[in-house]
Amino acid sequence: MQGELHPDDLQSDSFSDERRRFLKLLAASAALAGSGCSGPPPETIVPFARSPEESLPGRPLFYATHLTLGGYGMGVLVETNEGRPTKVEGNPLHPASLGATDVFGQAAVLQLWDPERSQTILHRGAVATWSEFLLAMEERLSQFDRSRGEGLFLLTGRVCSPTLQHQLERLRERYPQANWHQYEPLHRDFELQGSQLAFGRTYDTRYFLDRARVLLTLDADFLSCAPCSVRYARDLIKRRNPEAGPMSRIYALESFPGLIGAKADHRLALSPGEIRQFLVHLARSLGISSEGAGDSPAPAFENALLQDLNANPGACLIMPGTALAPELHALVHVINHRLGGVGKTFEHIEPVAFEPTLHRESIRQLAEAIDQRRVQMLVILDGNPAYDAPADLELARRLRAVPESVHLSLYVDETSTQCTWHVPRAHEFEHWSDTRSFEGTVGIVQPLIAPLYGGRSVHELMSVLLRTPATTPYDSVHTYWQRSFSAADDDAWHKALRDGVVPGTARPAVSITPKVPAAPPAPAATLLHRDPTSLVASFVPDQSVFDGRFANNAWLQEIPRSMSKLTWDNAAYVSPHTAAELRVETGDEIEMRHGPRSIRAGIWVLPDHADGCVTLPLGYGRTHAGSIGNGVGFDAYRLRTLEDPWHADVQVAATSSKWSLVTTQNHAQMQGRKILRRASAEEFAHNPHFATSDEDERIPDHTLYPDYPRDSYQWGMVIDLNACIGCNACTIACQAENNIPVVGKEEVDRGREMHWIRVDRYYREEGRHIGAEFQPVPCMQCERAPCEVVCPVEASIHDSQGLNVQVYNRCVGTRFCSNNCPYKVRRFNFLQYSNTTEESLKALQNPDVTVRQRGVMEKCTYCVQRIQRGRIDAQRSGQRIQDGEVVTACQAVCPTQAITFGDINDPDSQVRRLKASPRNYALLAQLNTRPRTTYLAQVVNINPAADGPASERERDEV
Amino acid sequence: MLRRTACRLLRGVMAQVFDRGVVLAFKVGALIGLVLIVALSFAWRWSIAYPYALHAPPPQPLPFSHQHHVRDDGIDCRYCHTSVEKSAFAGIPSSDICMTCHSQLFSQVALFEPLRQSLRMNARLRWTRVNDLPDFVYFDHSAHVSHGVPCRECHGRIDQMPLTARAASLEMQWCLSCHRDPAPHLVEPEHVFDMQPQPAPSKVEQGHLLAHYAILDVRRLTDCSTCHR
Repeated sequence: MQGELHPDDLQSDSFSDERRRFLKLLAASAALAGSGCSGPPPETIVPFARSPEESLPGRPLFYATHLTLGGYGMGVLVETNEGRPTKVEGNPLHPASLGATDVFGQAAVLQLWDPERSQTILHRGAVATWSEFLLAMEERLSQFDRSRGEGLFLLTGRVCSPTLQHQLERLRERYPQANWHQYEPLHRDFELQGSQLAFGRTYDTRYFLDRARVLLTLDADFLSCAPCSVRYARDLIKRRNPEAGPMSRIYALESFPGLIGAKADHRLALSPGEIRQFLVHLARSLGISSEGAGDSPAPAFENALLQDLNANPGACLIMPGTALAPELHALVHVINHRLGGVGKTFEHIEPVAFEPTLHRESIRQLAEAIDQRRVQMLVILDGNPAYDAPADLELARRLRAVPESVHLSLYVDETSTQCTWHVPRAHEFEHWSDTRSFEGTVGIVQPLIAPLYGGRSVHELMSVLLRTPATTPYDSVHTYWQRSFSAADDDAWHKALRDGVVPGTARPAVSITPKVPAAPPAPAATLLHRDPTSLVASFVPDQSVFDGRFANNAWLQEIPRSMSKLTWDNAAYVSPHTAAELRVETGDEIEMRHGPRSIRAGIWVLPDHADGCVTLPLGYGRTHAGSIGNGVGFDAYRLRTLEDPWHADVQVAATSSKWSLVTTQNHAQMQGRKILRRASAEEFAHNPHFATSDEDERIPDHTLYPDYPRDSYQWGMVIDLNACIGCNACTIACQAENNIPVVGKEEVDRGREMHWIRVDRYYREEGRHIGAEFQPVPCMQCERAPCEVVCPVEASIHDSQGLNVQVYNRCVGTRFCSNNCPYKVRRFNFLQYSNTTEESLKALQNPDVTVRQRGVMEKCTYCVQRIQRGRIDAQRSGQRIQDGEVVTACQAVCPTQAITFGDINDPDSQVRRLKASPRNYALLAQLNTRPRTTYLAQVVNINPAADGPASERERDEV
Repeated sequence: MLRRTACRLLRGVMAQVFDRGVVLAFKVGALIGLVLIVALSFAWRWSIAYPYALHAPPPQPLPFSHQHHVRDDGIDCRYCHTSVEKSAFAGIPSSDICMTCHSQLFSQVALFEPLRQSLRMNARLRWTRVNDLPDFVYFDHSAHVSHGVPCRECHGRIDQMPLTARAASLEMQWCLSCHRDPAPHLVEPEHVFDMQPQPAPSKVEQGHLLAHYAILDVRRLTDCSTCHR
């Protein structure tokens, strides 16, 4: 640029210079105008050379495929725009999805487009090629041909893919001496051992929560972080509608407050040791075992529960958590059978995974083999054992001792750097594969896009090991299924691809009875809380990063964790009582020591946490996750040992340091306002209109503003608080659909997070019992919107279909609207948050939604782009939009169908019916904003026999 | 200060408060400001202008003539713009659509080498966009075509263009001129893809057209959310 101006140039006091200066200025401004800005660049249109079938530019295509979590698949439909996968929806035909997904499913597209994914093959850290890799493998494998595989070791996660199973079987035939090990950090060892104790061999158990009238969960938060959570959430909520017959009753015992505890009618925070005591005592009360000593840690809770269990034979269910000891799992099997629920509330099925083994044992044997120098080549098919294997195995160090090691993974992670070869893995949207859901249903994984970075699939690497490197993953999968489908033509194959499920492949129930196990031994040492500085640490999967695999996903990192509303971190969660004993508060650092290892973590005080224990979410403290995930939080795996994978007794000492922990919700109380309304089932029966019985809870009848015309479509939304489980799926689905940027930890700290739909968490205090409740809050689309009257440029304005729209190209960023919004749902782009430079992130954007610039206000639009598409489609066919044809992103993803959207002008619409429900109420109704989004108040099914929730917290020390 | 001025006035010494130099500086400063404002307005206007002027055809990889294909050969718009009735985007023909004819006609002409090469190499042609709306505008071809807005209403007499050029300003007020009062611009469904102008519909006919296309509420047409999201 020529003639650049410097501020000093303008501060001259010499008048004689003025004319020259004037000319200079003129020239400078002309130069600025000339070179500083330029017109919009000419755009190009690039049509196909050969147009593929079905492609219609400007309209998305949906493909059925699957995402896996710990091996188990969940069916999804992926939206692709001109070949770019941009949004994930659930597959209504798939039993694990039924049309919804979890947060991980929604964030999968960001992982696909993550520019930090591994992009090249590495050999000892240097860039290598696929042919070099093949050559090296040829050399090794020809040795193994002679030694029948002696020294060849394979490490995989849980295997639920039939094709991979077939390939593993063939590998065994070819190399009988080869060893196959399995390791998932979030393994199910205790469950499997429990099944072995009870039945003599391994079975999976499938629950039918919609048939259970009484449910007891024991440290089992099945509503998040599980491959079955979406389906189980749907089933659970089916029986939680007070207007459709009697509700089920949920009892929850948990040490760490989980989503099921928030949904439970009776919840008690007990430490893992106490939960064990409770279960043993319950078994004795039910007459199953006469052994076991001691009192129940919660007698009133147990009495209420016993009464319900006895009153509902065949309709009761006890769900044990993964972390329960094997003998307790066996005991739960016996109790469940005794309660008569078999075939009704649960059934046993053949294990879904191929050869379920004890993963701890498997990884230990591998470490042992490495020590004995028996491992000549180790092939690690996905997974990150150097990071997440039991800490006392020190696998990272041992891996370096392996002469040849191959690691297939999405990122160059902690394990890749310890291996001689790293091969980039194809993302699940980039490869052919197959998988089984948690109940066995098979689905074919089909690619939506060619591998962006030349990634290879697991099957491709197996083909290399099988000495058939020319076999493509498609061949592997297709050939396998061609044989199974038996039909000569490809119809069954194409139908399976289109539908996303292979019908009739769910595992059938097996008829077995458990034998009563010996009395469970006394609680393990790890479960006992002895003194204030010795706590029981529990390891739990993290809601955002699972076992650490999603650490580099910014959408997930920024999602506020359901209970703490903490973002961009994990924390050591303790109860207020424990924190007081330790003399620490939220943000203080503690050092935890278990054996020779210690870690430092920030404390987060959670009101409904059990005393005497500390919960440590896994998956953080990554060093090779990428720029998003590196150095975030602390690595709880460092304390996780072979001895007990779920608990550790830790010595805790406060340090003088502080952690900056950032939350999106600093308040937890409703301050006397009825923001979230709730009643017991009895009260509801007595007064169905409890939510709006007071004058100030109703929308006033009069308003000074003129009414809008109400013809055509009038959109409205109802959110059922009885169905909301607080899982955050809506928030992240909205983020994916509406091109919502992430802002990072510092900006969240300034209160600048951009989520259009947030899930508020409040604590309800009833006597000494504290429980969490959730309320999703999108824009209320007020009919008398306070934001509209204060906008000086009419960027916030009503349209004829009742939407309170935000016109980005008009917005000048005064933020008056946000100040005037009583619901605080407007979000402002204080900085240029949207990444408009990274090529791969551009491809992620939804082409139907504007990418907002800095200085622009934005908010929920009821997915106006979907409404508009529905309108245009309906107009083309000359029809009205039918109820259910326009579905918002949050509505589509909700596992429990808590969100209903539609035309309130249509007398037959579901949303109109729900708005007529007695539970329907408007948030801050007294302000007369007349929100289009309303809520259905919560109804809980408290057992009248339990002496009120006040007596539930029974322990003396509280 | 005030007191001193007052004293001067009282004494009858009406000295100038600002001397001539300062007055000149003020005037020059005001002029500079004015010129700057005008210059910046022009610069801004220029910066958001279309890269190619109205009726000026931009360079293309092939000198494609709509005049020849539409007027001389009588090919329907939809033969090439396949998605115009189904999608927001009308669709630029893929090379194989061109080759349905050009594999037989003018199959050896050197001018068409880029086209043949595109199919041979499976390399895509890169056409310059002629009608480019801002990225925050979501125009939908199918919605307009299915509601009786003829192609020529926006694209002009494309059958008279040897090289394709923009025929309308595509500015918001131009869009609104029709969205506020669509009736005079509508045609019968069978004339949507005609290039010949139809006689202007009478008031009665306009009413019939509006009813036929179920355009009952013009308010919806001027809602912000109709075009912006």
